[in-house]
Amino acid sequence: MQVNEVEEKKEFTPLIVAFCCNWCSYAGADLAGSNRLNYPANIKIIRVPCSCRVNPLFILRAFQRGADGVILCGCHPGDCHYTTGNYYARRRMTTLFSMLDYLGIEKERTRVEWVSAAEGVKFAQTMNEFAEAITKLGENRKLRDLRCEK
Amino acid sequence: MREIRELLVKKINELLENGTVNRVIGWKAGDFCYDVTPAVYTKEDNLDDFLFDGFCGANQSKYLINETKEEGKVLVLLKPCDSYSFNQLIKEHRIDKEKVYVLGIPCSGMLDINKMKEQGITGILNITEDGDTVKAETLYGTKECDRKDVLLERCLCCKGSKHVAYDELLVPEAEENELGGVDRFSKVAELESMTPEEKFDFWRTELSKCIRCNACRNVCPACSCRTCVFDNAASGVAAKVNADTFEENMFHIIRAWHVAGRCTDCGECSRVCPQNIPLQLLNRKFIKDMNELYGEFQAGADSETKGPLTAFTKEDAEPGIIYTRGGDR
Repeated sequence: MQVNEVEEKKEFTPLIVAFCCNWCSYAGADLAGSNRLNYPANIKIIRVPCSCRVNPLFILRAFQRGADGVILCGCHPGDCHYTTGNYYARRRMTTLFSMLDYLGIEKERTRVEWVSAAEGVKFAQTMNEFAEAITKLGENRKLRDLRCEK
Repeated sequence: MREIRELLVKKINELLENGTVNRVIGWKAGDFCYDVTPAVYTKEDNLDDFLFDGFCGANQSKYLINETKEEGKVLVLLKPCDSYSFNQLIKEHRIDKEKVYVLGIPCSGMLDINKMKEQGITGILNITEDGDTVKAETLYGTKECDRKDVLLERCLCCKGSKHVAYDELLVPEAEENELGGVDRFSKVAELESMTPEEKFDFWRTELSKCIRCNACRNVCPACSCRTCVFDNAASGVAAKVNADTFEENMFHIIRAWHVAGRCTDCGECSRVCPQNIPLQLLNRKFIKDMNELYGEFQAGADSETKGPLTAFTKEDAEPGIIYTRGGDR
């Protein structure tokens, strides 16, 4: 068997990074787990204090180190633990994602979703949908650092 | 231009003599007649090599960050569009207003040497302006071109003849000027309507030219952080050229992002880029988005209003709006 054949047979499983706010979405993910709801194992959750903690560099870094999609989850607008954090995050992410789209990075690779601590079902559903969309898009090659390839 | 220079020298001497200021940020010639650079003149220097011509495009606002830390008051010469950057820096508390005396100077558009070179005018020895024509003495004889054909890109979308901040005006402001008229977002809109592959190809072609000289960052009046994120030794990208396509993209995305909502669209980044990357298109994308989503905003139009990224409303558009805007592509 040649090396190329092995490559071709490998099925593409995307690597997804999810930034989850500590107070709502991380608890939502926990609830999804407690309720034994399935969501793909290739979603790596990074807990952040608030959705507005996410610096645009975090998102670019995630893509650099091999993520195929990045999703940011936070409290619903109005429910932020720090009162207004997610309102700022909303403006920031809208403009940043629009910029990525402008540079030719498929806009489906980035997403913002509001998930409360009571929405375990929504969390699992969102992650399943997002993973499916990214699988369809295929590998992220446009924002990847070649030196990070194995 | 020559009349303005004479008026300027007279005014500067007057202000230096009567002690209003103890130095002035002016311009002087570099190695060539067209690479004019800002320079500080004190009372002791005479103003013989003080220059004011069509290549004085440099926005002097940023120089005030360091200059206002020195003793005494400094005189700065601001063109109408430069005064926006000045206001923005006042808003961000980067300039001590007490230590600046702003002289508003008129502007009839600044010249782009690259556009002249594209017209085949090379080997330039000296350039003079005569009304609407620009005359260049070159190694190959005298050549002429139309002034309006060689204006800087930003002058085609001129912000107008009114200063938004000044202590004194050199000459009364004209109601309107003949510059401007070009829609500054037309190229942005054109790019937006491309497919992701076309957009990616366009930006790869442009950004791969980047040599990371940091000129765009150093000249940008909005890039006023004491320690830039790109000078952070722990970042892995400090003081080095871009290693790969990711770093090229990252540098420009993050730079445009860091000035988003504060960028006055002065166009210095595009002007100084030695590789002629249209960097302004990145900033204009942010401006266009924020204008469309959060209401019209011109950074630096005053020194109080909050920028769009430091404010919010409860009814803001959800980030999902970018998936639906512009229809299916």
